[in-house]
Amino acid sequence: MGHYVSKFTSLFGWGDREVRILILGLDGAGKTTILYRLQIGDVVSTIPTIGFNVETVAYKNIKFQVWDLGGQTSIRPYWRCYYANTDAVIYVVDSCDRDRIGTSRDELASMLGEEELQEAALLVFANKQDMKGAMSSAEVSEALGLPRLKSRQWAIYKTSALKGEGLDEGLDWLVNAINAK
Amino acid sequence: MHLDHSVVLQEARAFNETPIRPRQSRLLLAKIVFLLYRGDTMSTTEATNLFFSITKLFQCKDMSLRQMVYLTIKELSTISEDVIMVTSSLMKDMQPNSEITYRANAIRALCKIVDPSMLPGIERFLKAAIVEKSPSITSSALVSSLHLFNEAKDVVRRWGNEVSEALNGKSLSQSSSFFGGSSSQNQVVSTSNIVQYHAIGLLYAIRQHDRMAVLKLVQTFSGQNKSSGWMGSGSSSVLRSNSAHVMLIRYAVRVMEGDPSLAPQLHTLLEEWIRHRSDMVSLEAARAVCQLKEVTDKQLTAAVNALQLFLSSPKAVVRFAAIRTLNVLARTHPEAVQPCNVDMEGLITDSNRSVATFAITTLLKTGNEASVERLMKQMQGFMAEISDEFKIIVAEAVRSLCGKFPAKHGLFLGFLSGVLRDEGGYEFKRAAIEAIVDLAKHVGECREVALGHLCEFIEDCEFTKLSVRVLHFLGEEGPGTARPTVYIRHIYNRVVLENAVVRAAAVSALAKFGAAPKADAALQRSVAVLLTRCLDDRDDEVRDRAAWGLRMIGGEQTRARYVRDDSTFSLAVLERRLVEYCADPQAARRARFDFGGVPRISRAQEEEARHRVRLDAMDQVLTGATLSAPAANSSAKDDVAQGDARGAGAAERVVEYARQLAAIPALAAFGERPLVSSQRAVELSEAETEYVVRCVKHVYARHVVFQFDVTNTIAEQVLEQVEVAMESDDIAGVLQPVVAVPIPVLRCDTPGSAYVGFERLGDDVVAASFACSLRFVVKECDPATGEPEEGDDGFEDDYSLEAADIGPGDFMQATYLPDSDALWEALAESEAVETFALSSFTSIEECIASVSELLNMCPLDNALAPRSKAAHKAAFTGKWLGQAKTIARTRMAFQKGAGVTMELAVRSEDPAVSELVVSAIA
Repeated sequence: MGHYVSKFTSLFGWGDREVRILILGLDGAGKTTILYRLQIGDVVSTIPTIGFNVETVAYKNIKFQVWDLGGQTSIRPYWRCYYANTDAVIYVVDSCDRDRIGTSRDELASMLGEEELQEAALLVFANKQDMKGAMSSAEVSEALGLPRLKSRQWAIYKTSALKGEGLDEGLDWLVNAINAK
Repeated sequence: MHLDHSVVLQEARAFNETPIRPRQSRLLLAKIVFLLYRGDTMSTTEATNLFFSITKLFQCKDMSLRQMVYLTIKELSTISEDVIMVTSSLMKDMQPNSEITYRANAIRALCKIVDPSMLPGIERFLKAAIVEKSPSITSSALVSSLHLFNEAKDVVRRWGNEVSEALNGKSLSQSSSFFGGSSSQNQVVSTSNIVQYHAIGLLYAIRQHDRMAVLKLVQTFSGQNKSSGWMGSGSSSVLRSNSAHVMLIRYAVRVMEGDPSLAPQLHTLLEEWIRHRSDMVSLEAARAVCQLKEVTDKQLTAAVNALQLFLSSPKAVVRFAAIRTLNVLARTHPEAVQPCNVDMEGLITDSNRSVATFAITTLLKTGNEASVERLMKQMQGFMAEISDEFKIIVAEAVRSLCGKFPAKHGLFLGFLSGVLRDEGGYEFKRAAIEAIVDLAKHVGECREVALGHLCEFIEDCEFTKLSVRVLHFLGEEGPGTARPTVYIRHIYNRVVLENAVVRAAAVSALAKFGAAPKADAALQRSVAVLLTRCLDDRDDEVRDRAAWGLRMIGGEQTRARYVRDDSTFSLAVLERRLVEYCADPQAARRARFDFGGVPRISRAQEEEARHRVRLDAMDQVLTGATLSAPAANSSAKDDVAQGDARGAGAAERVVEYARQLAAIPALAAFGERPLVSSQRAVELSEAETEYVVRCVKHVYARHVVFQFDVTNTIAEQVLEQVEVAMESDDIAGVLQPVVAVPIPVLRCDTPGSAYVGFERLGDDVVAASFACSLRFVVKECDPATGEPEEGDDGFEDDYSLEAADIGPGDFMQATYLPDSDALWEALAESEAVETFALSSFTSIEECIASVSELLNMCPLDNALAPRSKAAHKAAFTGKWLGQAKTIARTRMAFQKGAGVTMELAVRSEDPAVSELVVSAIA
């Protein structure tokens, strides 16, 4: 019954349905900081996420249900347990971590290869732009191989979760991308 | 409630849907938990899938749903994989800004899923939770810590301060000192006393090995406000939780047991607590006093007085606790319980049958011959009304009475045969049967009546095992009676009417009648007729036994050998050997099973061993697990383990040694297994020293091996290349060292064995003493991991031990030899005799004990229990090197002033051995 209702309301835009978003990325990229920046608009002190955090974020009358999954090597295999019904993935990259950008690219590629995520939009945050020596969004985009992505809605934004820069622009793109589907 | 496992799991897929429907999900979780509680098993894959679905529910903020999620996660934590995925979510829920309900439950769930390596990460939060104001959070944190303690002792130990704050109800800011701070007058009192109960349990777990700390804990709550100055502890707090107080009493008792010198002080405390206003505390204190190992009658008085008052309490549970304590006490101190006799007689008619049963059985123990009759009558009145469990207690009580008042046997038999006719379970019937069997064995004049009752019982017995037991017993005792034919009729009835197992037992019993020494020709003929009929039985075991029985009746010699043999194999060893033999596919091809290697013991010894096991078991039933505190369970288990070890007997240990030795190539070359191994280990170190060393000797045909069991008790050290150096001046030309096997690595509390092997150069043996020392390389290590620190090359050290001795006795296997009189005559030629004047002994007992130790042979009959103070005769048997049968007989006389004069005569299949054994004494 609930299923029909949600189908019905979807005819009139998003209604009460929450948009389901995953925040993924390597450990230490800033996923949890971004989640709470989006939710309470402030920087909280975080510890490495063992498992996940889930919060509801309201943005421009749309409710996002945001899942922030831990990025440690040991946790990454469990990402796939949360792929189902995902509308969009926010992929966070530490723009200063040139050593592991390759790892980041591999994780991204294997994630995008998953059946359950074929319809999901991809928003990449080139995070930590407030730090010296951060790669530009173009560099990150190239390193991740984004330009070669076929049949996928994607965008990349420079962000600083600490300063709160770039996040809103990213979400704006996301809202449009999802509405356009 | 009918719930199908797979249907529920199917429904649980709903957790993956969005949006979450909290009420429906909560109901589903309840179903899952129900399934788990019901005992359904879930595969790891199922559980893991389910677990990941449940993690999706964290998106929903519904509090009642979240509570159910916590509960389910706790249940799944042991079945599902990857449960750490909820760590972050639970940690968030236990933060101070969460709801109290969330926090307390999140803590409990979190502690179920963390592994010790993650503990340091959440340590800070748990410590804070322990000193929380809210009792539900504090309790969760304390109980969870107690669970964690088993896995991560070192981390949890660091929380001692917080735990004692929780216990004392003080907030951290007011007092940071442990116990000592008497400055904080205005304490923050927690509203729920259960926190104290949890806190005292955890604090004890943390400090249990530090006796002084536990003592301090006990004293803190001693309730003695005046600064008594004991151990410098002047302050005192209040225990508001009665449960906590009960625990405190148990801890106090453990301190007393550990260090008897503290007993008088703590005893004063216990006496004070007996007068506590709470029944619970008072009962526990009284019970503690009653169960002290070395309690004086004077000390008991206060406890018994208190219990006596409780006997007339309006609350059944209080009466029950009091009478049960008295019941246990009556086993050891019946005279101390006697003052309560009047009160207990009043309880016989108690509306609570359990109380009444205990009252009766206690009275039976404290009562005298005159009152027993009356009590038995009363008991008969209510046997039908009590549960089997209590019927067993009654039967056991009657059984012990049988031994106490044998003159009343008629009364007891009447009672027991009466209860056998009533309804009852197997255990109860067995207890009654055993009581009758005891009577028949020990009270000669009632034997025939008792056997008659047993015969009557098996006429209508629903328990095959009991029928077999009775038939066996009839076979043992029946042939010796005046009219064996009576029993034969009963037994043969079984052959006609019963199932195969009972028939087989009956046939064996018949065979015994036929083969008995008293059997006359007519009886033998009759039995033979009956057995011949059994040859047509449907069951092959029955036929086999009948055929065997017929053969026995035929030949006098076979009869002597098989039917009247008074020795038996050590069954535990025989079983072990047979299992080993069957497990090795090559063994059967190599050789037949070697019965010679299995030690023989006399039937009397076996009986005694069984009796001991039974007593141990009875002790366990009456005083053990059910009565002791949960925290004491571990020690109770140890007791059981020890009891098992004792029951299994020395022979069992020998097998274990042989297995260990065979695993070492250097020693395996000496022979398949040692011919003789020491019966018990000799301590070469003082108790409670750094390194504990025990020595066991093994004798092979041409070699002698010393086994040193070494335990390192220092947590900060790892020992490497541990070996024992042995030096002696006495062994030249007799023994030559050939091999030493060190222990490569010896960590704390993990015992290891080092070996030193000697070759025997001739057939001579010497009495020699070896100066021994332990040599090893010490490395420092982290006590938590036991791994030596890197780059530590260690240093060599040695540690001197007490001397190890070897003597002729070590070459002797203490074995019971059947028919030793005949053997003694047969070996007359090999006799060696010597007379000794032993002026140093001051009694016969002392002398015989010392001789027995030197000979290391199996004492016969009353060898070790002299009846007279002036003179004693004793005989011992054994096998030299496990082969040559040897008998030693000694006569001794004692005269005041002159000491003991002893004559020792030894005969052996190997004449040289006789001389050697005699020389063992010299």
